Amino acid sequence: MKKLALLLIGFTFTLAAVAQEEGNPDDGKKVASLQLEDMEGNVVNTADLGFEGPVIISFWATWCSPCKRELNTIHEEYIDWQEETGVNLVAVSVDNEQTRGRVPVYVNGVGWDYLVLMDPNGDFKRAMGVNNVPHTFLLDKNGNVVYSHNNYASGDEEELYEHLLELTEGEKE
Amino acid sequence: MKKLTIVGLFALLSTGAMSQGNNGTITGNMESIFQYLNEDSVINANQPPEKGLLNSYINVFYTNGKFKAGIRMESYLPRIQGYPNRFSGTGLGMRYVGYENDFIDVTIGSFYEQFGSGLIFRAFEDRNLGYDTFLDGARVILRPRDGVKIKGVYGLMRFSFQDGQIVHAPAIVRGFDGEVNLNRAIPALKDKKLKVTLGGSFVSKFQEDDREDLVLPENVGSYSGRAKFRYKGFTLDGEYAIKEQDPSVDNEFNYNYGHAALFNAGYTRKGLGISVSAKSVDNMSYRSDRNAQLQDALINFLPPMNKIHTYNLVASLYPYATQPVGEMAFQGEILYTIPRGSKLGGKYGTTVNLNYSTAYGPNRNAVTQDMIDSNRVFYETGLFDMDDSLYWQDINVQISRKFNKKLKMKFSYFNIMLNNDVAKVAENAKGVLSTNIGVIEAGYKINRKHSLRAELQALFIADNKDGEINDQGNWVTAVLEYNVSPNWFFSVMDQYNYGNPVESRQVHYIYASAGYIYGATRITAGYGRQRAGLFCVGGVCRFVPASNGLTLSITHSF
Repeated sequence: MKKLALLLIGFTFTLAAVAQEEGNPDDGKKVASLQLEDMEGNVVNTADLGFEGPVIISFWATWCSPCKRELNTIHEEYIDWQEETGVNLVAVSVDNEQTRGRVPVYVNGVGWDYLVLMDPNGDFKRAMGVNNVPHTFLLDKNGNVVYSHNNYASGDEEELYEHLLELTEGEKE
Repeated sequence: MKKLTIVGLFALLSTGAMSQGNNGTITGNMESIFQYLNEDSVINANQPPEKGLLNSYINVFYTNGKFKAGIRMESYLPRIQGYPNRFSGTGLGMRYVGYENDFIDVTIGSFYEQFGSGLIFRAFEDRNLGYDTFLDGARVILRPRDGVKIKGVYGLMRFSFQDGQIVHAPAIVRGFDGEVNLNRAIPALKDKKLKVTLGGSFVSKFQEDDREDLVLPENVGSYSGRAKFRYKGFTLDGEYAIKEQDPSVDNEFNYNYGHAALFNAGYTRKGLGISVSAKSVDNMSYRSDRNAQLQDALINFLPPMNKIHTYNLVASLYPYATQPVGEMAFQGEILYTIPRGSKLGGKYGTTVNLNYSTAYGPNRNAVTQDMIDSNRVFYETGLFDMDDSLYWQDINVQISRKFNKKLKMKFSYFNIMLNNDVAKVAENAKGVLSTNIGVIEAGYKINRKHSLRAELQALFIADNKDGEINDQGNWVTAVLEYNVSPNWFFSVMDQYNYGNPVESRQVHYIYASAGYIYGATRITAGYGRQRAGLFCVGGVCRFVPASNGLTLSITHSF
């Protein structure tokens, strides 16, 4: 039993190694494909968001103050970011049934222009390997993760923006 | 049997990889937390005999086209403090194999799932708290046409993890759920402004009758219906659930039916959000073991109806845990942004948030002695039939404002009343604990990479009926955080119980932490004294003992 379990794990890791060597750029992670609802109840496939350019996926919750600081800070610059890089931000709320009703109140109350998706039972969070919120991913136009960061401190948004510029300039060449 | 499962997994993984002609994708995450604890007689913190404690887990998910599989290895050597005491050893804590296309999604093994708002079924995890109630069995999700989704689940719930093995709760859980989005399912309604979604679920559990003195129902069913309406900026949704006779330790083996109802209404437009909600619950603890208590083996999720607070004195001293045996609760919230450029709003705009929540006990009308003796129906009650015993009340207001490019501030006030006789959080206090809490938070950006954040919190507790200082008296907390973006943080927190009626307990709880963040990797170290109390994350709470020592943690996502 134990040997077999070990074998399985060994096998999985071999696969992981192979996938990373030959697969996608950077850390080889692609956005997971799941069906989530937006605040209006429309079903959205996370791997087929319908955006053309790069995408930022940011996991947050109404009870997570650093998450809100991050998204509020980006909100102030969002129009410029969009004009310069064509980026779209998807804010994935991991609020469960207790605080789910507060999501549209907060999002519209502060006036965010992001696509907001609801992940009340943490399925997308689990699939993306998120331990804690905030966790922010930068995806290229093909859905490959090119940068991710599991924290927010003032100034982190500029680091993210630099990676975003690097990505869009790289794609132009 | 187990061997066969693993061989099956292995074979499937291999064929999955081969038949698709590519290597698929591996994702996952890991966490390791190490604690070294000291003896601290002032706060009654004990040093475990092992001195060092270690919790670890790693999730590995594999997807290849339509095929998916995943495992989690867990290890408790031994478990860290505050974790459920039934976790030990190292082994496979979760595993599944599945296949998904546009029409069908099948999972065999461990799976998480929620029906509607979870009133009769929610299998979920919260690793911070040691919660994990996945079902081990089979799940099928069908999407026969656009806007229609049907789910079926069948399995045994994970209850604990002992000597490196999953231990299941005794009752088998079965259920199905259907949901129709009318605007998508019926083409004629596609462009209507009124959006309607309807759904219904049925769940049943089976546990053998283990009592000789009672005839216990071995199969206990529960059913629910729900609806969601949306018209422009307005929303209205609700769910109503009924549980059949379910005698258990929780309800003193009564044969009453249980109910739970949840209603939300809201209106939002840019710059303004309003919501009101109401909940009615009686006799609705639904567990995969009738003898379980506290947060154990719960099949359903009864969401607490109060805001989750994050400031230390507000969140950890007197938090409220929902009462599954019965409560009627209400919540209202307004969030408004005073526009930028206006006299009140200032250059960047100012956000004001008002929130009110309250909970009362259900009204239980007496029944005849004959009903009690022959039917074991102990009382009668109805939807929103509440009595006047206050369980909880929370009035809070927050104002956030950015003053200039460098300075942001947030001012908060909380008035909280908690009935400690019902929702016990303080060991020695009686009656309703009434507190006023004020918090000032400031964030200051020194330059692009360096920033400071500080919090000052004060809690004032009202005297008890006899005019004595209630519970532990007044507190102040100061937090200072220094960030170097994007890699470093340093923070110090001091909670000072200056108002404790026992002089030797007027102590400082100082906790310092530092962390290094590199992309998706976080390494943190913390040292100091932490208070005993209820620890709430994501709407569920558990008691943690007082501790004094070192905590190291590493998380990584891949």
